[in-house]
Amino acid sequence: MNSLYYQKKLSRNVVDKFFTFLSLFCALIAILPLIFVVTYILIKGGAQINPDLFTLEPNPPGDDLDAGGINPALIGTLVITTIASIISIPVGVGGGIYLAEYSKGGPFSKFVRFGVNVLAGVPSIIAGVFIYALIVSTKILFGSMYSGLAGGMALSILMLPTVIKTTDEGLNLVPNELRYASLGIGASMYTTILKITLPTAFRSIATGVVLGIARAAGETAPLIFTALFSYYYITGFGDLFYEMGSLAVLIYNFALEPYDAQNKLAWAASFILVMSILTVNILSRILAAFTEKTKRV
Amino acid sequence: MEEKLILFKNRKRFGIEKNIDIIFKNTTLVLSSLVAIVLFGIILVVFFQSFESFSRYGLNFLVTSEWNPVKDEYGAFTAIYGTLVTSLLSLLITIPLGVGTAIFITEDFVPKFVREIVGSFVELLAAVPSVVLGLWAIFVLEPFFRDFFVFLHKFFGWIPILSSEPAGRNSLLAIIILVVMLLPIVTSIARDTLNQVPKKLRNAAYGIGASRWKTIFSVILPAALSGIMAGVLLALGRAMGETMAVTMIIGNSNAFSWSLLSPGYTISSMLANQFGEADGSQVSSLFYAAFVLMILSLVVNIFAQWLVKKFSLKY
Repeated sequence: MNSLYYQKKLSRNVVDKFFTFLSLFCALIAILPLIFVVTYILIKGGAQINPDLFTLEPNPPGDDLDAGGINPALIGTLVITTIASIISIPVGVGGGIYLAEYSKGGPFSKFVRFGVNVLAGVPSIIAGVFIYALIVSTKILFGSMYSGLAGGMALSILMLPTVIKTTDEGLNLVPNELRYASLGIGASMYTTILKITLPTAFRSIATGVVLGIARAAGETAPLIFTALFSYYYITGFGDLFYEMGSLAVLIYNFALEPYDAQNKLAWAASFILVMSILTVNILSRILAAFTEKTKRV
Repeated sequence: MEEKLILFKNRKRFGIEKNIDIIFKNTTLVLSSLVAIVLFGIILVVFFQSFESFSRYGLNFLVTSEWNPVKDEYGAFTAIYGTLVTSLLSLLITIPLGVGTAIFITEDFVPKFVREIVGSFVELLAAVPSVVLGLWAIFVLEPFFRDFFVFLHKFFGWIPILSSEPAGRNSLLAIIILVVMLLPIVTSIARDTLNQVPKKLRNAAYGIGASRWKTIFSVILPAALSGIMAGVLLALGRAMGETMAVTMIIGNSNAFSWSLLSPGYTISSMLANQFGEADGSQVSSLFYAAFVLMILSLVVNIFAQWLVKKFSLKY
């Protein structure tokens, strides 16, 4: 009996093999959706890419001949995510600074950290419902109802937890020696934070914030009844107070249209949206891996 | 020389600098409390907006499925049932798949770079916007599964959940697309937890002669259980609140049916569908539904956080 040798037929080895293949099977199923989704978007969306797409307005559904372009939605997405960033980045970074630099782990900071996690779990459509009740239905923004501004506010609620969390975690990674050194030579607390700790943590915070922005750019649910949708070019600042289109809402609206031309436009918009989001994600991953290797002490 | 020395001696922090310091600290304090304010604001606003509907229908709202804006009768049972069924069933499928994938990534069956590629593919899947998955579900998934559903109904139609004639978009497709969306969440959290399980435990198990999978099932998974559970709960919260992909593929019908092959409704898809055009007491009823959804996801999320704190790995 060669009991010290590996015996293929032994039941424990057969069972082991079986489960190994089972987990391989799970992993294959797990990566299939991404491959399928990206392939379809490349084929169906990539085929629609032409210069007109970026410059024209979409035609209202119905005339089946030509769907036009997605210029207003493209600009709208940029505008709305910019508004969301303008609101959530200062608030989030400021809040994160308090949590990481000033709070001493007392009940307040525990509560805020808990709140951040809870807010991150609030369904995105609830953010839309909240802004609808607070801003759209009350017409508090100079009498305008659905507006790009309201849409940006709804998105900022979704971005806020991400920004606070990344700032808090980024600042916590900064070694305390840097703080002591700065305070030791007589710098005040705010100089220390603005000149020493924030710049040191800048890269990790920026990565997190950019990923948050990329995520927000694809959010649809908070926009469908705050920013609504528009077929027309964005011409100036005044348009902030009116309905504003976005790539995400365009995909939603046009996917449900029965016309082929609109469906194609939805695929084209998906192509642009997914490619930009995946590019940002992959770049930040590469950057993170690069930083890991050349970590400064 | 003399002058310089005096200058040095008198170098105190000026009043203005002190004030800036205090102002800066208090500004950040206010900004961090904004999170709490927004959170409470959301809960209060949604609650007060739903008050009218709440006082009229009370808890009956939760158990009746009449939704008739003309007669002003509202009940969200279909949507609540749809939310719970789609999220729980999709989770049931996701757990083995996600944990299996996480084990594949953390064990050394294949070289490290292959595992890293698999890991980042799964994480990139999380970055695909849900509306794009919805588009994909409408034009690719639905035609792909059409014949399969007909087959399912033909041979397993006697099971209540498969009892209706399949017609286009339905709850089962919503469950499938939810699985795609939950996989990255469960996988990445399970992977992180499995990575944290100390090597000692594995070596001890190998040392007394356990096979690899015996070790995984009896030692590693139990040690990582709390983290995996927390990830599962987070995924559950996400599934209940998920809107776009589900709205686009579930068929949006308020007619109640046990069958997964018939069109259904979830709270979030009801909100997405009706909020824009609603007026009068329908708005209040929609807010009531939103309040129910929010409470559901809050409870799940808070429970998940409690679980993480209570049972996080202590080695």
